Amino acid sequence: MNAEEHSTRTLEVEGWQVRITSYKFGDEYHCTADNVSPGANICRTTGATRQEAEDAALAKAKAALARTRRFPAGA
Amino acid sequence: MADYANPQVLVSTDWVAQNLSNPSVRNVEVDVDTKAYDESHVPGSIGWAWNTQLCDTVRRDIIPKANFETLMASSGIGNDTIVVLYGDNNNWFAAWAVWQMKIYGHKDVRLMNGGRKKWLAEGRELSKEVPAVTSAGYKAQNPDLSIRAYLPQVQAALAQKNSDMVDVRSPQEFTGEILSPPGLPETCQRGGHIPGAQGIPWGQACSEDGTFKSFDDLKTLYGAKGITGERPIIAYCRIGERSSHTWFVLTYLLGYKNVTNYDGSWTEWGNLVGAPVERGAAAAAGG
Repeated sequence: MNAEEHSTRTLEVEGWQVRITSYKFGDEYHCTADNVSPGANICRTTGATRQEAEDAALAKAKAALARTRRFPAGA
Repeated sequence: MADYANPQVLVSTDWVAQNLSNPSVRNVEVDVDTKAYDESHVPGSIGWAWNTQLCDTVRRDIIPKANFETLMASSGIGNDTIVVLYGDNNNWFAAWAVWQMKIYGHKDVRLMNGGRKKWLAEGRELSKEVPAVTSAGYKAQNPDLSIRAYLPQVQAALAQKNSDMVDVRSPQEFTGEILSPPGLPETCQRGGHIPGAQGIPWGQACSEDGTFKSFDDLKTLYGAKGITGERPIIAYCRIGERSSHTWFVLTYLLGYKNVTNYDGSWTEWGNLVGAPVERGAAAAAGG
């Protein structure tokens, strides 16, 4: 079997850029969310449809990103 | 356009697809997300978990020599096997594995250019099957620590100002705005960077499809920050895997000598009592 329907898009979640990547393999859709910069994986999910997999990834990413503390002064 | 200094260390996804049945080649997936291999992988490839199989699980260190030999043998890798590593996040931990395999002197280890991302995007064949592996004999060399920087070396380099330091984390980590990549647990007490380090995020070495940028583009990227290979270079990130990626670029693609990976990285430096830390300078980190 091959990877099918590969798709990637970037959106903002909790003030951070997040890249949602999903593809179909067999009967399942797999999705990962990463934080674009630096590109670290935040979560990986699986669903019966792309929507299901991506919604689950977004929910997990949102929860994780909400915990990220910023130290705005940066100096 | 100039070719990479050592083009033989990279293979394309096409090359991997054409060599899936080549008995001299062992494909190995190493991901940040250690469950990604179970989801799907290049047919016939095996998977290594960076956090249990490519480290000392008791003290913080790289994999001990005896464990490395056992891992190679149980993976069906002999001393003459061509090992092709690939993984998620544009080969972060695949590069970490390359670095360790070079420490133990494996002769022919290569990266699949573009990693798992490119393989999936190209709609290539996948499998969930874990291949049966026949154990091989393996004898590792004594560790070559000339490609690894320990804390005292970094401290000495800072004091003597005789090396170039490259911080490959994101601009926000470099400036101290955040203590870890967004969404990941904080692993340091202080944010910022080693004084004098140049911020050149690892991802700037890659194109959108995950493959490495051209030799000329890489030379320009690092050269613009004064990283020319004329002085020793120390690369660091948070735990040493992103800086393995940059170590690979500087060593093999640009051909710079005397490049070390400080795998203690910010989880060591940012937790040290009394260590000098520089904050801010967002512009210096680039985008």
